[in-house]
Amino acid sequence: MSDTNVQSASWEPRIVAFFCNWCTYTAADLAGVSRMKYAPNTRIIRLMCSGRVDPQFIVDALAKGADGVLIGGCHPGDCHYVEGNYKMLRRFDLLQRMLADMGIEKERVRLEWISAAEGEKVKRVVNEMVETVKKLGPLGLPQKFNDWDSEMEDFAAHVAAQEAATGCGCAVHGKKETTVNA
Amino acid sequence: MPKPKVAFYWCASCGGCEETVVDLAEDILAVVEVVDIVLWPVAMDFKYKDIEAMPDKSIVATLLNGAIRSTEQEEMARLMRRKSQYLIAYGACAVSGGIPAMANQFPREQILKFNYEDCPTMVNEQKVRPQLKTTDDGHEVTLPALHNVVRSLDQVVDVDYYVPGCPPTPKLTKAAITALLEGKLPPKGSVIAPDIALCDECPRKATKPADLSITEFHRPHQILMDPEKCFLAQGVVCMGPATRSGCEAACTKGGMPCTGCFGGTSRVHDQGMKIMSSIAANIAPKDEAGISKALAGIPDPIGTFYRYALAKSSLRRKVNLPKEA
Repeated sequence: MSDTNVQSASWEPRIVAFFCNWCTYTAADLAGVSRMKYAPNTRIIRLMCSGRVDPQFIVDALAKGADGVLIGGCHPGDCHYVEGNYKMLRRFDLLQRMLADMGIEKERVRLEWISAAEGEKVKRVVNEMVETVKKLGPLGLPQKFNDWDSEMEDFAAHVAAQEAATGCGCAVHGKKETTVNA
Repeated sequence: MPKPKVAFYWCASCGGCEETVVDLAEDILAVVEVVDIVLWPVAMDFKYKDIEAMPDKSIVATLLNGAIRSTEQEEMARLMRRKSQYLIAYGACAVSGGIPAMANQFPREQILKFNYEDCPTMVNEQKVRPQLKTTDDGHEVTLPALHNVVRSLDQVVDVDYYVPGCPPTPKLTKAAITALLEGKLPPKGSVIAPDIALCDECPRKATKPADLSITEFHRPHQILMDPEKCFLAQGVVCMGPATRSGCEAACTKGGMPCTGCFGGTSRVHDQGMKIMSSIAANIAPKDEAGISKALAGIPDPIGTFYRYALAKSSLRRKVNLPKEA
């Protein structure tokens, strides 16, 4: 997922969707079985419960090149595990604040309750999400990380040149025997 | 047989890590007896060129503290890497960016402007800023450049071991040095501290209820805290559940909640998100308004949950900062 090209006219958003097994994933299945057509930009990951969506997964998806993250769970009160979706709802509040503080538009991460019967809602939400992210443009974090680290490249090149000149390249380390006996 | 060579170096840090080495007290004498310290800027006078003149890998171990923030620090990190068999990230800043990495929320220009112009205690009418090069009396004088991004040591060079903490405890420091001297080294990349959450060694653990159901948050100065009860049970943010133990619960024993300086355990990939996940999931409200109201009691989630680990977080830095040359 490192080929994000900001200039590319053919850019299409990549959205990672975390759907719960019992409601939203089943709804996506229903949408498929019903031959509904919706934007192909989501990569769905099925989890047992929206309460299993660790915020680490969300930032990891963004850091690895996703332009948006969609989380789908059962409606409040309908959770297969009784309380799981409330846990997600609580995390979502703080997550949105933290993402805003880190400069990520809150529209890039969306939480929706979609029951097993709501295939139509999967279609609508995915289409809306793709439109929203299209308007926002690419997030392109892998590219950003490379840009940030370019401030070190000149220096690394300088050191490499010096090493080549003095012939004392940094050997593969960890292979050296320890000579630490006092 | 010549004594093994050891170096201590500091980068973007406060000096607290150096203090821990001194806190080894009499034990430092035992260390000095068996090793040759070849570089220790805080306490002894050596020149960088002496290190440059040494053969590669001739230093057994370098304990480097502080984040990497300037070209000089980067240069020294690369030099110490080249000259050392083992490079040890010593202290929270070298391990995960530490407090200095909170600068990753701001553009460099804003930081420089505040510190050299707007800061209330600054008198600088000519708005002088440090220059990379200046000529004085015919001599050219140079200063290191400040990078835009604050980095942990392993974001710049390869690191062999990590000794966490702000600062690491003398006990862990001794354990690391002993392991080095005796050649009893854990696998490369190991964190030299127990791999279990702080709660495990916290004396308040027994008072942590299975269901926290936090209704509101208090900052430590806002309430009179029970000296024995779990902080989370009192609505005080404590990073213990997502933080590695090894500090012997110094803060929670001393009446203050854990702020997470030991970093996460090996199962935690993003410390801030992990503790946020745990704390937010454990509040009582179930409706959006109630949830927002309760969580408003945590006014600065980035500064709270990423206090020592922003550089090593998944996002690393505020992502929409303007590009600077």
